[in-house]
Amino acid sequence: MVLAISDVTVRYGDTLAVDDVSLDLATGQVLAVLGPSGCGKSTLLRAVAGLEPLSAGTIAWDGADLAGVPTHKRGFALMFQDGQLFAHLTVARNVAYALRLRRTPSAQVTSRVRELLDLVGLSGYDDRLPGTLSGGERQRVALARALAVEPRLILLDEPLSALDATLRERLATDLRSILHAAGTTALLVTHDHEEAFALADRLAVMRAGRVVQDGAIDEVWREPVDEATALFLGYASVVRGDAARVLLGAGGLPPAPAVAVRRSALVVDGSGPLGARVESARVTPEQVRLVVDADGLGRLDAVAPLGSRVSPGDEVAVRVDVTRVAVLPIVAAP
Amino acid sequence: MRRIAGLLLLAAGPVLVLGVLFVLPVTGMVSEGFVVDGRFAPGEVLDVLARPRVHRVAWFTVWSSGVATLTAVLLGLPAAYALHRLALPGRAAVRAAMLVPFVLPTVVVGVAFRQLLGEGGPLGFLGLDGTPAAIVCGLVFFNVAVVVRTVGVAWEALDPRPGQAAAALGASPWQVLRTVTLPALRPAIVGAASVVFLFCATAFGIVLTLGGVRHATVETEIYLLTTTIFDLQAAAALSVLQIVVVVGLLALAARLRAVPDPTTQRAVAPPRAVRRGDLPVVLATLLVLAAMLLPILTLVAGSLSVGDGWGLANYRALTTAGDDQALLVPVTSALATSLRTAVDATWMALLLGVAVATIVTRRSHSVAERRVRSTLDGFFMLPLGVSAVTLGFGFLITLDRPPLDLRDSPLLVPMAQALVALPLVVRTLTPVLGGIDDRQRQAAASLGASPLRTLLTVDLPVVWKPVLAASGFAFAASLGEFGATSFLARDDSPTLPVVIFRLIGHPGEMNYGMALAASVVLAVATAVVMLAVERLRVPGVGAF
Repeated sequence: MVLAISDVTVRYGDTLAVDDVSLDLATGQVLAVLGPSGCGKSTLLRAVAGLEPLSAGTIAWDGADLAGVPTHKRGFALMFQDGQLFAHLTVARNVAYALRLRRTPSAQVTSRVRELLDLVGLSGYDDRLPGTLSGGERQRVALARALAVEPRLILLDEPLSALDATLRERLATDLRSILHAAGTTALLVTHDHEEAFALADRLAVMRAGRVVQDGAIDEVWREPVDEATALFLGYASVVRGDAARVLLGAGGLPPAPAVAVRRSALVVDGSGPLGARVESARVTPEQVRLVVDADGLGRLDAVAPLGSRVSPGDEVAVRVDVTRVAVLPIVAAP
Repeated sequence: MRRIAGLLLLAAGPVLVLGVLFVLPVTGMVSEGFVVDGRFAPGEVLDVLARPRVHRVAWFTVWSSGVATLTAVLLGLPAAYALHRLALPGRAAVRAAMLVPFVLPTVVVGVAFRQLLGEGGPLGFLGLDGTPAAIVCGLVFFNVAVVVRTVGVAWEALDPRPGQAAAALGASPWQVLRTVTLPALRPAIVGAASVVFLFCATAFGIVLTLGGVRHATVETEIYLLTTTIFDLQAAAALSVLQIVVVVGLLALAARLRAVPDPTTQRAVAPPRAVRRGDLPVVLATLLVLAAMLLPILTLVAGSLSVGDGWGLANYRALTTAGDDQALLVPVTSALATSLRTAVDATWMALLLGVAVATIVTRRSHSVAERRVRSTLDGFFMLPLGVSAVTLGFGFLITLDRPPLDLRDSPLLVPMAQALVALPLVVRTLTPVLGGIDDRQRQAAASLGASPLRTLLTVDLPVVWKPVLAASGFAFAASLGEFGATSFLARDDSPTLPVVIFRLIGHPGEMNYGMALAASVVLAVATAVVMLAVERLRVPGVGAF
């Protein structure tokens, strides 16, 4: 493990922002810390950067405790959600910032800047000022600036959330390939599960200052640890009790007290085992989205293939797509 | 067209007032310089400006203001950081206290420095009394607060994240300061420095009390020429010179003050806990504080010392007219006059200032409207370019005959003071009014709110605090106003600063003690008003 966060607590006066958090990160890995705003994820990131003093616990790099190492000596790079470029410096000067701090010979600086601007797809932007760039361009410059001196660890604070949806998707793909190409270890915090899925290999879910679950990204996705986590990860609802038994039975799964379902868990299918009455129907580019009142289940989302003729009031048969449900472990009643 | 007509109607009041109370005196004064015996004679002005004494005075003005500005900026920066960025205990109180010197009546500060540096004063051994160094100290004392305030507010609103990004990239705290923070603060620092230079170059009361005839600046020279030598023509020539230079400086300052970057957010960062590395900054701040406290403490101590002991005799004497008939009225009645005058000046400045601020901040809907608006904007900023002494002098020589004879009007002094306070009011209100997104008003209108209702529900909730703050500023400025008042106040109804100046100029130990006591009273009155204003402070918006 390269980065080891052990039992870290950060306190602001009486409030516990980060409560006894332990996380590990291996070389070249991208770990996303996912949580709602105010859950302490940004504080955790800032603590790793050395911007927040720890109240307890240790953060170590390669086995060496980082306590007492000031931010500028940690060899990390920090990228904020809106880039935080230096407004008075040109794009090239921004990217070269860390290189100049290290008194790199200027010929080397020039070639490195060109290389990085190529990497982020902004060749020729050298002399532009940050104020003239779009949000996505600013973010790319910020990334180039962060990568300039090959940081040991790059810390990303919601790197995409200030961008609009289309741009976010495009930049996410780029960001992922750039991070992998550079082989950089990265810690990402975000409240957007799409952003986490787009960039990370591993996922840690944080709530109220604590890490409630962490693991490989697909593992966490398949087996959310509780209802709140499931909902936060994008599951549409949680079905419990008798309804959970009916739903799992219809999918051929053993009974369990609670199960999280995605919007597409119920599929309209003539041979399906469950009867349901359509309450509303809406056509989307991929499929027809329904709300149905299913026997023994109550109101749930369902989908039908595009072109199927269903309208409110119809009686239909539905089946359960077991890849779109997640059985929740038994936890004490909330 | 209807909008432009409405705009002009709204502007008519302020334009008329400024026309009569500002343009008339200033043109009258200019013509005093250029017209001799009924004919146009610009050569006379050049003759005045060629006098060696005028050269000396001009040079002294420039260098003393320059040195004072530089010193104020160097002392103010650490304090701005410590008081606006660090979670120091009691920083709100300290910040308010820092503001007091700026609004202290100039005469009071002059008296305090004489008490401090003069023979027998705590720092008398330095032998600075009556030297240019004393004047520079006084100017710095006044203006450190301006630097702390202007730069501190900008520092507070500065997003800390670029600095953190730089630190994460390997920049040491010193490198962060040099490469990220100071460049981002440059507009604020340049703005503060230019304002401070302007204040120093037009400082009056402090230079007059500390420098007298020996070390005169352009501002005091105008006064001396008018009141003691009666060389009105030379005074007018110097006033013209000063207007030209000050307007030039203002234009330069406006150009240097870069347009704020739209990508930076205006947010107030929470103060940071004090760390060991902050020790030098905190120490520097304490030093500045101590240096600011010293003259005030000396003043208070002086006012309480009677003979060899302590007592309130100086304060009790305030009900008298002083030893040896120094005054025509008791000091207490001068205080009453001061308060009355300040109330009048405040409502005048506020009425005018609110109208001006509203006019210049509303968004224009057409090119023609914008042109009208920016012309008005330029016109309303004119009083900023004319010093109080010039204004007082202009009032004196023009408002004593038709079309407007105000010689005996009790409103003459408040009017002059209102004009002096007007820029303060406008500068407090415009950022706030300009900060209201016009779309909020549009949203209110679209929901069925009439223009009046929009004003009451959108503008007023945001503006009432700054309006109160602006009235406090205007009141304090008017209480301490000395430049214009010294020309205009009549002997039988002087204001407190005028009385103080007369008392220190008049021989007699009792008179001097009374001057100290009266200074303390005046200082307390302004300090109370300013503390109230500080409570109304709108974070992130500059006050100067």
